[in-house]
Amino acid sequence: MPDISADQVRHLADLARIDLSDAELTSLTAELAQIVESVAKVSEVATPDVPATSHPIPMTNVFREDVEVPGLTVEQALSGAPDREGDFFRVPPILGEEA
Amino acid sequence: MAKDALMDYDKALELFEPVLGFEVHVELNTTTKMFCGCANEFGSGANTNTCPTCLGLPGGLPQVNHKAIESSIRIGLALGCDIAESSRFARKQYFYPDTSKNFQTSQYDDPIAHDGQVTVELEDGRQVTVLIERAHMEEDAGKLTHAGATGRIQGADYSLVDYNRGGVPLVEIVTRLIEGTEADAPEVGRAYVAHIRELVKALGVSNARMEEGNVRCDANISLRPRGSGLLGTRTETKNVNSLRSVERAVRYEIQRQAAILADGGTITQETRHWHEDTGTTSAGRPKSDADDYRYFPEPDLVPVAPSREWVEELRSTLPEPPAERRTRLRSAWGFTALEMQDVVNADLLDVVEATVAAGAPPAAARKWWTGEIARVANARGVAATTLASPAHVSELVALVESGDLTDRLARQVLEGVIDGEGSPSQVVETRGLKVVSDDGALIAAIDTALAAQPDVLAKIRDGKVQAAGAVIGAVMKAMKGQADAARVRELVLERAAQ
Amino acid sequence: MGDLTRLTASALAEKLASGEVSSVQATKAHLDRIAAVDPDVHAFLHVASDRALETAAGVDARRAAGEKLGPLAGVPIAIKDVLCTYDMPSTSGSKILDGWVPPYDATVVRKLREADLVPLGKTNMDEFAMGSSTEHSAFGPTHNPWDLERIPGGSGGGSAAAVASFEAPLALGSDTGGSIRQPAAVTGSVGVKPTYGGVSRYGAIALASSLDQVGPVSRSVLDAALLHDVIAGHDPLDSTSLTEQWPSMTDAARQGLKDDALKGVRVGVVKEISGRGDGFQPGVKQRFDETVQLLTAAGAEIVEVSAPSFEYAVAAYYLILPAEASSNLARFDSVRFGLRVTPQSGPVTSERVMAATRDAGFGLEVKRRIILGTYALSAGYYDAYYGSAQKVRTLIQRDFAAAFDKADVLISPAAPTTAFKLGEKIDDPLAMYLNDVTTIPANLAGVPGLALPVGLAPEDGLPVGVQIMAPARADARLYTVGAALERLLEAGWGHPLLSRAPALAETEMFASEEGAV
Repeated sequence: MPDISADQVRHLADLARIDLSDAELTSLTAELAQIVESVAKVSEVATPDVPATSHPIPMTNVFREDVEVPGLTVEQALSGAPDREGDFFRVPPILGEEA
Repeated sequence: MAKDALMDYDKALELFEPVLGFEVHVELNTTTKMFCGCANEFGSGANTNTCPTCLGLPGGLPQVNHKAIESSIRIGLALGCDIAESSRFARKQYFYPDTSKNFQTSQYDDPIAHDGQVTVELEDGRQVTVLIERAHMEEDAGKLTHAGATGRIQGADYSLVDYNRGGVPLVEIVTRLIEGTEADAPEVGRAYVAHIRELVKALGVSNARMEEGNVRCDANISLRPRGSGLLGTRTETKNVNSLRSVERAVRYEIQRQAAILADGGTITQETRHWHEDTGTTSAGRPKSDADDYRYFPEPDLVPVAPSREWVEELRSTLPEPPAERRTRLRSAWGFTALEMQDVVNADLLDVVEATVAAGAPPAAARKWWTGEIARVANARGVAATTLASPAHVSELVALVESGDLTDRLARQVLEGVIDGEGSPSQVVETRGLKVVSDDGALIAAIDTALAAQPDVLAKIRDGKVQAAGAVIGAVMKAMKGQADAARVRELVLERAAQ
Repeated sequence: MGDLTRLTASALAEKLASGEVSSVQATKAHLDRIAAVDPDVHAFLHVASDRALETAAGVDARRAAGEKLGPLAGVPIAIKDVLCTYDMPSTSGSKILDGWVPPYDATVVRKLREADLVPLGKTNMDEFAMGSSTEHSAFGPTHNPWDLERIPGGSGGGSAAAVASFEAPLALGSDTGGSIRQPAAVTGSVGVKPTYGGVSRYGAIALASSLDQVGPVSRSVLDAALLHDVIAGHDPLDSTSLTEQWPSMTDAARQGLKDDALKGVRVGVVKEISGRGDGFQPGVKQRFDETVQLLTAAGAEIVEVSAPSFEYAVAAYYLILPAEASSNLARFDSVRFGLRVTPQSGPVTSERVMAATRDAGFGLEVKRRIILGTYALSAGYYDAYYGSAQKVRTLIQRDFAAAFDKADVLISPAAPTTAFKLGEKIDDPLAMYLNDVTTIPANLAGVPGLALPVGLAPEDGLPVGVQIMAPARADARLYTVGAALERLLEAGWGHPLLSRAPALAETEMFASEEGAV
């Protein structure tokens, strides 16, 4: 099993958008290594002939008809907004670029 | 922004072979969104079409739109794809304020359709086969507006988010590598995107308006040194959203990359942005391990497993493939390639076909729709098809053919039709526009005109026949245009000789 | 009238139906009890006193008008804070949602209201249901009514403690790896995780989508069945919701109260989680073995079954859960709802605000699991971790299928130990994770499980619970066997187990104020 470095945890935290403090980073790095070591045993029995199960009760083709149903009013939609301008959610400037 | 060095296009093609690939996003015209019952509509007030699901509120869960699945399967079939026996949704994870859940529900391992091909036609009629890797379903993101001096994301003071578009169904069509296009690469790109646009429009699954973002294109372009089997590093030019831009962007990237490579440089694998105004691309974000999207099967949705019966039922609803239809009609109508292109590009194929079906000769139907009607439509900024009906145009053509109307009168009649005055014969009636075919009335008018212009009469008698024009003009004016000018000319020469 | 808070929900419902007691009286009694004991227990994050009394008065008026009401009409209920309620904050135990009032009701909450139950308030839980002790709640732990120094289990410790301390006759919980059953075990109450898809998840703040299931919490098997009947059924808003018509769980529970209900029932003891291994407390093992003997004496046929893959269940669970949770919790980004924290220094950008918010708003256990889940899904590790865990899931399903070939129901301890001391395992995540060793397999396979108390461990005098599991969709069996077992046990004790819980000191304070407590 791969060792887990603080850099790696930093990268994971970036992917997960969490600004970890150095202390958290240190403790999480150690804990993560320990947890990963204990959960890695799944690969012992996960042989290629075993299919993966992602849904506990197999179902297929669950659809909704293409019919409009009332949703939220604008005020309900914005009721929890930390910041708004008119009927828009307002966010600080975005560093990245248009996706 | 530093200006890119560009190599002469022909020179670039001498040194390099372009390799293309396209990702085209098609926005479906379903009534509701992909995963919730909110309206899928363009132009409503901000955040008026949201619910806990598309707003990404805690506790919201997705429900798949049946119609969107049908549309996706029909697109897949029209692309000649295999339809998956079992297809799954997956979460593509990245943080961005326009993505309410901070993952996009998309498809990864098991797209709904895969392995198809389409044949696209170039302007000169040559055909190019483009292999389709896959077509998969996903949802659109919300819309960001950047507030600040520039209105762009860079330097914005803050941004505003409207989630109305969030969750609108998209089908992403991905090609395999397109090789061997050589100097035609830009045109192949344009023709491919035009083909997809035409196809989804014919299927009726999308409004297919590129200017409203219903069809969006990302173009992957790389160059390889002539003769080398290796693939070059590619760039992905995003949001090339008009046919002309596709052509220009491909051409630009070929010239830009060629200049870098010839200079011994390397191409950075990156996304690039297309700028319509300057006709250039600029560097966006380099590809990196920040692109670890951590796809995994969407646990809130179950697999889509279309039965073969369902697929065949949907196959039976497919319209005639647009290219085949064009070939068939072109040969039936006797149009040149260019004439056909005019009709297709102006989006008039359906009405011309209906006008011909209503009895008009194809050439006349084409002439009226791509000519006068298109001109008025352009001037008014509306679609030509909203101005007149195929039945009216066919009737108008018949009136001209029978000699009841001259072209000039016919244009006036059309004006009346467009202004809602009724059918062409009704307009003829109410405006009194019929051709005066009574020679007696014409001769009287000619004699009056000749008498008024004795010098002209003298010239005609001297053999200066072109002088007759002045008399013809006077007669036409006297007849308020309701005369056949050719007949008037005949009679003028006849009377002058007497 | 007696103390209305000591009645089971079914007994209270009878008194309400007969007019002997009004819903306002019942609601008031429970609000008073909350005011008196919750300062010590801290089962509630929010008590909606005024609104509850208003709802109760409405039910009384309609009953007085002769309207035909449902079997639980007028009965008060506590709601786990993981469920969205349009009229009460819904925080999922997290600071990132502090004070957030959703603009909608979870489907199960809507069903409660339609059945005229009276919501008392929202119950405490480990943050985003991550934990086995409620110590991971951002709003302080809940205390076990049997011993206030001990944990009430988790994540649904608030709901379990609320019913165990007679603050509510019923509660709703959610169970991802044991969050209903393990708290039931350590508080001497009853809790059921229904078949996956049996109860709608719409409006339940998701932890792990493929494992989460909402279920009833109560003081008797019959009460759980009554509540199960209210909340179960197909919901088109949850695409994983099962479409079948469910039999009445209430009827199934009543079936268990008949003599000979257990005769010929094949009860499978799962070797791997039967209490023999390390980590099982002797008193738990002892009470479990006695329960098996009791079942045998009642005519059940005991068969030993083996589920070799259960050994890998905890490992698979701690890959699948964090993976799904890391994704489900991505929406907490300070844009549309919840906390927004601006970084103390440096440029204020959306990216940095999101990262600062998530750092400040999530507790350590949540961050731990998000990082773990992000790792398990990241490029290059997916197959080894998440992919392998999904395969283990298949193996566990096969083990269940084989076991249910031999047995009608399976039985195991509901938790390996009795309630441990607050703080005892808080710094040892791996030890904490092992609390769910017996409950996790049911979540991975989607099968239903019911936990009920079977006695007190001799060494510490604290409740021990057993878990009954049935095949997917056979939830009714849990209620028949559970009610039968409960009847035998209570016949032996001469009273319900919870009547042996120590009296809680009652604070002189009354719940007239609506709001957080």
